[in-house]
Amino acid sequence: MAHEAAAGVRPDPSSGGWRRTIDLPSERGASRLIMEELLEQLGHHGWEPSDIFGIHLAVEEAIVNAIVHGNKLDPAKTVRVSCEVTPQLARIEITDAGSGFDPAAVPDCTRDERLEVPSGRGVMLMRSFMTAIAYNARGNSVLLEKRRDPQNG
Amino acid sequence: MTAHRRIDASKVGEVTVVRFIDKKILDEASIQELGAELFGLVEQLNRKSILLNFSDVEFLSSAALGKLITLDRKVKSAKGRLKMSNIRPEILEVFQITKLNKVFDIRGDEAEAIAAFQ
Repeated sequence: MAHEAAAGVRPDPSSGGWRRTIDLPSERGASRLIMEELLEQLGHHGWEPSDIFGIHLAVEEAIVNAIVHGNKLDPAKTVRVSCEVTPQLARIEITDAGSGFDPAAVPDCTRDERLEVPSGRGVMLMRSFMTAIAYNARGNSVLLEKRRDPQNG
Repeated sequence: MTAHRRIDASKVGEVTVVRFIDKKILDEASIQELGAELFGLVEQLNRKSILLNFSDVEFLSSAALGKLITLDRKVKSAKGRLKMSNIRPEILEVFQITKLNKVFDIRGDEAEAIAAFQ
């Protein structure tokens, strides 16, 4: 999947990282089919609880967006989640079967006039908690990356 | 008290103190139910002073934030007051990122929040 400005760190496969790809059904709550294992693997690879919280939140938001806004809960469509976790890098790619969206068109939820609008915060949370996020040109796939801060490593 | 599945509501003086049953508030169906129970405090039970104590909450998603925003608006339009307390640092960061800390009245702990209603 070609992502614009995809961040370039490739983990060394010999470092013994964890990888898994799963196709989730377009049902509410389907994220749990991968989340528990992902969180366990982050802990297993030495990630701090505060980082795990942020990754959990970002991936949850991305999967909900893919299921609800991307696939529009269509049972004929699935959401592909590919995970890669090493002690230095967590990389999660979430791809839906929808027609995509323009992330630049999401209004800034922190502007005064939008502060009390109850939706539209997921993408901002993903950007804040991850080191890098990139959408593909079609806008139906998002790549989330978190790099371990070497000072905390 | 009306039967609730997602919250535990008790009264401390005039203040309705709400604690959350779920440690992780992320499941869409639970969030819908949570919203309905919170809104019921204002719309059915006419509670004017509500404190949400987050001490049991480890995680919440943006859909849950949406319910909190709607609750805040309902309380304000009923001329009531809503406060929040005992929010752990990671969740406080979520409120700060989304600037909801400017919208919500957030206090350190329950005693401080209850005193602020006086």
